[in-house]
Amino acid sequence: MNPQLLELVNAAASGKRPHFFGDADVDRLLAIVWAMAGELAVTRERLDTLERLLAERAVVQRVDIDAYRPDPQAVRERGEWQMEYIARLLRVLQQELDTLRAGAGEDRAKRIPTE
Amino acid sequence: MSAAATHDDIARFNFLANFNKYMATAVAPGNAVAFRERAEPAWVRQKGAAPQTRSEVRRAMADDPHYRFWSALRRCGMEMRQQAGRSLVLRQIESLRDRARELNSRLLSGLRLEPSIEIPRYQRELDNHCMPGSYYAEYIDADVSAAANYDAGMFATTTGLFGRYLDGAGRGTAAWLQRTRPGWQPRRILDLGCGVGHNTVPLARAFPDASVVAVDVAAPMLRYGHARAVGMGVNNICFHQANAESLPFETHSFDFIYSTMFLHETSHAALRHILGEASRLLAAGGVQIHLEQPPYRGMTAFEQFMRDWDGYYNNEPFWSALHETDLPRLLVEQGYSTETVFETEIHALVEDEMPKVGSETEDFGRGGLWYACGARAHGAVA
Repeated sequence: MNPQLLELVNAAASGKRPHFFGDADVDRLLAIVWAMAGELAVTRERLDTLERLLAERAVVQRVDIDAYRPDPQAVRERGEWQMEYIARLLRVLQQELDTLRAGAGEDRAKRIPTE
Repeated sequence: MSAAATHDDIARFNFLANFNKYMATAVAPGNAVAFRERAEPAWVRQKGAAPQTRSEVRRAMADDPHYRFWSALRRCGMEMRQQAGRSLVLRQIESLRDRARELNSRLLSGLRLEPSIEIPRYQRELDNHCMPGSYYAEYIDADVSAAANYDAGMFATTTGLFGRYLDGAGRGTAAWLQRTRPGWQPRRILDLGCGVGHNTVPLARAFPDASVVAVDVAAPMLRYGHARAVGMGVNNICFHQANAESLPFETHSFDFIYSTMFLHETSHAALRHILGEASRLLAAGGVQIHLEQPPYRGMTAFEQFMRDWDGYYNNEPFWSALHETDLPRLLVEQGYSTETVFETEIHALVEDEMPKVGSETEDFGRGGLWYACGARAHGAVA
């Protein structure tokens, strides 16, 4: 996903984000932690699918996974995935910056970027 | 018509649905405990009497650690649901648009867009329930992404209580109509604030000979809603872009007029205009009904406080006011006599395998049971 599209995906709704704790940093931190909890569940579900398929078809042994080394293409794809993953976790920080930027008259993330 | 989801997209929504269910059943009930054991006694010690109003309950609960954490997590869940929907939908924004175009081209008379329609101020001021861009944002020409996102995520928010096709309110309304007016076949039906037509399709299906008109101000919802209906084989709905406060239809031209969870997203003035239009358009012998959140009257201050959360923290600015509004009185002001105005409850009608209201704790304003208020027009039933 290109960076502009990623910003749009993670955009905030208009309106002030409420904070519930005495220190708004706690709300920020919770947003990140909870996004992480969600992504961990996503990973766990994928792993569960994989383990069940592998067991069903008896194709891969645990030792094969330990011995695996990614090729350059796989390294690149994993890097791209990590960028999306991190942006998802740090959504709350981007959204506050978006608000500050909008206040300063910057108009960002309003259009889908064309390739 | 829906967006193509990957394993991770589905897993993300699975997590959110389970999270919402856990919040509703395990975390939200803790607020009553925290209030009873901690916040209320502290308030009594300080003020000498228990909190009497929901505003006093809110002040009593503001610093309670459980309430804070529940609120902060609930807000996170609403935001994550949007993020999950947008990451699913925006990456396929063009193919979704093309698919909608193709389906819409099969029945040109079923979609009527009016680009001159302005988004009302009460919709523009805040993005409703934390939906970035609300119902109407368009990132590309003929965009349907707002609708595709709404459709994709609603199941997770309502944890199945609205049914597999999110049409529980519409199915419940059709069943109510068939029960209260057995054998009646309305010829013209009007759905106000139809969105993607979740609750339009079941009425169109229940009355296949009727001509159904579904209005909304948001073009993406109408494009997607029509494409979705056509894709489901439903061809007797015209999705018409219009503001329900001022509708381009002839007086007394609809036999059945309804809205589902629409009025709380309007305003004081708009609500009166909308009911005025519904009353003008209703034919002799016809009936109008509006499904909404239950009014606060008769509820404890604590229950009101819990139900008021969305008004404060989920971008629902008219939520609290609507809960306070006497809808029957507003219908009487439209010229109906008190004996033709009624209040009732409509239950979501959902598939057997879906959870039912009552089988799980309701998540304060997200359950499949609605208060409904309506009026019957004088005259012979057509």
